[in-house]
Amino acid sequence: MKYAYFPGCSLKGTGRAYEESLVPVLRHLGVELQELEDWNCCGATAYMAVDEGKACAAAARNLALAEQTGLRQMLAPCSACYLVLNKAQHYLNEYPAMRQVVGRALQSVGLQCNGDTVVRHPLDVLVNDIGLEAIRQKVTHPLHGLKVAPYYGCQIVRPYATFDDQANPTSMDRLLEALGATVVRWPLKTKCCGGSLTGTLPEAGLRLSYILLKEARKRGADVIATVCPLCQFNLDSYHPQIAARWEPVRLPTVYFSQLMGLAFGLPAEQTVLHRGMVRFHPPPVPAPAGAEKP
Amino acid sequence: MEIKRTIKYEADRVPGFGREIMSVPGCEALEHCIQCGTCSGVCPLSIYMDYTPRQVMELVRSDFKNEVLQSHTIWLCASCYACTVECPRQIRITDIMYELKQRAIKERVYPRRFPIPVLAEEFTRMVHDHGRISETRLVSRMYLRTRPLAAVGMAGLGLQLLKSGRFSWKQDRIKQREQIARIMEAVDRENGKTEA
Repeated sequence: MKYAYFPGCSLKGTGRAYEESLVPVLRHLGVELQELEDWNCCGATAYMAVDEGKACAAAARNLALAEQTGLRQMLAPCSACYLVLNKAQHYLNEYPAMRQVVGRALQSVGLQCNGDTVVRHPLDVLVNDIGLEAIRQKVTHPLHGLKVAPYYGCQIVRPYATFDDQANPTSMDRLLEALGATVVRWPLKTKCCGGSLTGTLPEAGLRLSYILLKEARKRGADVIATVCPLCQFNLDSYHPQIAARWEPVRLPTVYFSQLMGLAFGLPAEQTVLHRGMVRFHPPPVPAPAGAEKP
Repeated sequence: MEIKRTIKYEADRVPGFGREIMSVPGCEALEHCIQCGTCSGVCPLSIYMDYTPRQVMELVRSDFKNEVLQSHTIWLCASCYACTVECPRQIRITDIMYELKQRAIKERVYPRRFPIPVLAEEFTRMVHDHGRISETRLVSRMYLRTRPLAAVGMAGLGLQLLKSGRFSWKQDRIKQREQIARIMEAVDRENGKTEA
């Protein structure tokens, strides 16, 4: 299995633990990724607030580059990239005027975007292309006894529900169960973490992160699993500020791919747990059956 | 104490504004709004807003341009899309908020030194100049332009990032930067044409 790969800026920056853990996990499952040559920023939520046409064109340049690979399927692990690339695809297909403007703009630099690349999220690929059975077979260090709160956040289920239920997504729940973990049921799995408001307007933004951490802790989670670099950053990085404003709610937040690496027994440089500000210490691996001490 | 008129007058309207917004791709369904308030109810940030999302929808439709473009509401939207998904009339409220943000930036009517539009502008400039975002630099620029003193309070966070190997001062950039500039110029040219 081979996919075009759009890492996005965060996975090369503050969210590097996502890429560092996801790529080896996928390789371990026989998936090959081909990073787009000279990709540009997708535009995220900020560009849309300034100029819609340009935001769409910036995203479409990447779709055009993806089409050049001939792979027709592109992996976008960051939630914002995933949404923006999908959204650009929708706008180009739904609005002929937008298609014309963006098409001509791309043409001026010799690019072309037909809009036929499917933008996929890693959870979608893992659950629907690779399959939970194949994943279960690779588990050598099951996460028995580990209570994980799966946190999907906003932009992979809203506004487009492409591969999971919008109100109650379960793909990560099922994936974590396949790894042997205990899934914590909680009602906030798709609630907003505050997005970039944690930095721009802490009073409002941090409260949303605080609510998530508090609820996950109340329900007995050992760790929160995320799919998005901004969610991970928000839930991991502002503990001193949250403690100062409300109360301490220290709880580690890691990418689901880091938990997969642990369950597959991948080396520490591929699970990169040292990237977290609240360090996650996995429980000791129980001795395999039949190897008990006398 | 500042005394302000709380009732809106007919004369405050900018006739045609609502129609104009509803003609933008993605914003068409606004005319079907039944003012049920589902958007305000599901919005995680409505408790901080000066106008709730439901009120913004009606203000736009009724041509109260200045009120919505100067509101804090549009900048508090975190793009979580909860309203868009829950709206019983399929109004893409998040996209309408984007459209209003664009106009507020274009007309420079957003609250001064408000960090959110500044972040959006700096973000856009960085994409235009380099093709990619370097998060540390972006956030630093935003702080310098809005709350230079608050930047000091972020030093601890910077240190933590440094320790975990996630801090980078290097500006990431793509090779074909002139391609981005040419694409953006072409979009401006095209939109100039379509407006004429």
